[in-house]
Amino acid sequence: MKILVCISNVPDTTTKITFTDNNTQFNTNGVQFILNPYDEIALARAIELTDGGKGTVTVINVGEANTEATIRKALAIGATDAIRINAKPHDAWYVAYQIAQYVKSNPFDLILTGRESIDYNGSKVAGMLGELLDLPSVSIIKKLDAADTEATVEREIEGGKEVLTIPYPFVAGTAEGVAEPKIPNMRGIMSARTKPLTVVEPVEVKTFSEIISYETPAPRGQVKLIPADDTAKLVELLHTEARVI
Amino acid sequence: MSVLIYAENTGGKFKKSVFEAVSYARAIADQNNTSLTAVSIGNVDATELALLSKYGVDKVLNVSGDKLKEFVNQAYASVIAEAAKKEGSAVVVLSNTFSGRGLAPRIGVKLEAGVADGAVALPEQTGGSFKVKKTAFSGKAFATVELTSAIKVIALVPNSYKVVETGGTAQVEDFSVETKASDFKAMIKEIVRSTDKVSLPDAEIVVSGGRGLKGPENWGMIEELAELLGAATACSKPVSDAGWRPHSEHVGQTGIAVSPNLYIAVGISGAIQHLAGVSSSKVIVVINKDPEAPFFKVADYGIVGDAFEVLPKLIAAVKEYKASA
Repeated sequence: MKILVCISNVPDTTTKITFTDNNTQFNTNGVQFILNPYDEIALARAIELTDGGKGTVTVINVGEANTEATIRKALAIGATDAIRINAKPHDAWYVAYQIAQYVKSNPFDLILTGRESIDYNGSKVAGMLGELLDLPSVSIIKKLDAADTEATVEREIEGGKEVLTIPYPFVAGTAEGVAEPKIPNMRGIMSARTKPLTVVEPVEVKTFSEIISYETPAPRGQVKLIPADDTAKLVELLHTEARVI
Repeated sequence: MSVLIYAENTGGKFKKSVFEAVSYARAIADQNNTSLTAVSIGNVDATELALLSKYGVDKVLNVSGDKLKEFVNQAYASVIAEAAKKEGSAVVVLSNTFSGRGLAPRIGVKLEAGVADGAVALPEQTGGSFKVKKTAFSGKAFATVELTSAIKVIALVPNSYKVVETGGTAQVEDFSVETKASDFKAMIKEIVRSTDKVSLPDAEIVVSGGRGLKGPENWGMIEELAELLGAATACSKPVSDAGWRPHSEHVGQTGIAVSPNLYIAVGISGAIQHLAGVSSSKVIVVINKDPEAPFFKVADYGIVGDAFEVLPKLIAAVKEYKASA
């Protein structure tokens, strides 16, 4: 089985988010970038499914040269090879379009993405790829079992779950539960240096969205502390002051 | 032009998040002096469809039939895109639910439309530009995105826009679309929905527990309080990682982001990743025995105390309030 895992390079989860240039640019100063946590889950499952010579795992990233550390990390975790499409990831449409162009001439049995990237949270790349390649797509899966010609996936729905069978090839966005992220071992780290990382130039495409500005949530006022033995007071405040119960 | 809203049903019924999206779409239609059409897919009865007119829908396109009874991402996206073409819709609105998030990108590609997912406010339309405020950095910030395409697709976050009743009547029209076989490759084998629990993503009140509860056997208190308040239950990452609660309850940067009216956090210290997932909650209550817990800095109300002492008292107080109300 040939699996493609789409990965993105995102700010570490502990990052305090700030902006510069009159709130128009994300402030990357001092920010550490990591492999998107949901993509780590996709990668881990892809490695499990191809373990023991049962296939290959290619990772693909749309990014400039500064994402190579993250790509090498994916190779160290166990990907077979890597593709970097040499462009700034303008938006989800741009990224999906570039990856779709690559897949059209290099087909895969299964394409995985994380359910969303933790920076822009669009969860759009999986669906857009599906549409561009005319393949089924399933967003936010919690379980993925692969058989010879089809896979069984569990999808999250409001207040429950849905189990589907989908024939290959298809696209899926993975969430927690699909696999435990893998930590690279020393052998993996050593071999990652020599695994193939191919740089591909992007194709021209028109985009439809532009980020104009950012803001952070309005700060809340001072917390109102209530004595531990006066829970009735809390209930009263939630009813009369906050009006939420 | 017109505005199209996809009215997603859950077992034949519309949830509040649908009426929020309808009200939101109505406001966009008003901004542009145009009409609002809803498309409903699956078997929804006439009484339920009529509810949509209460919130300002002018026309309902009703797509029914066995083939489309249950949600199939690809096929539903095709139907909604066809409905948008039929109505000449310039804006397509969906709820930012699990299904909505699967549909929006496919519809966006079909209509060559820019997609604003995670929208939290009405679009700003000035001098031909169309800007939407959306969540970003997993709740740590908001981004304003300009959509430059002729058609726009917006997915609205539940609990971020108020339901507005306008009254009125809508004509219901049967609508059918030629679907292609390749749209039905994904086959549903089983749907499991717990009917006795409030679903977390669109819950108005959430009661959430952390490591301070010491073990899964103590979740009875969280569940009791949640049931009294009609709330959904949630947890922090360490709790779901330890297997005390399912991953679907994990709220935070790598779990689920919620925006309820009331979020009650018990025994959760408030790591930056957890706070990201709850920052759009309207009111936050924190119960923690450590007065230095970072969660208190972003809380509206706090009780410094041990969960095992405070929770039973809080449950008693809510019972008393319910009895007197």
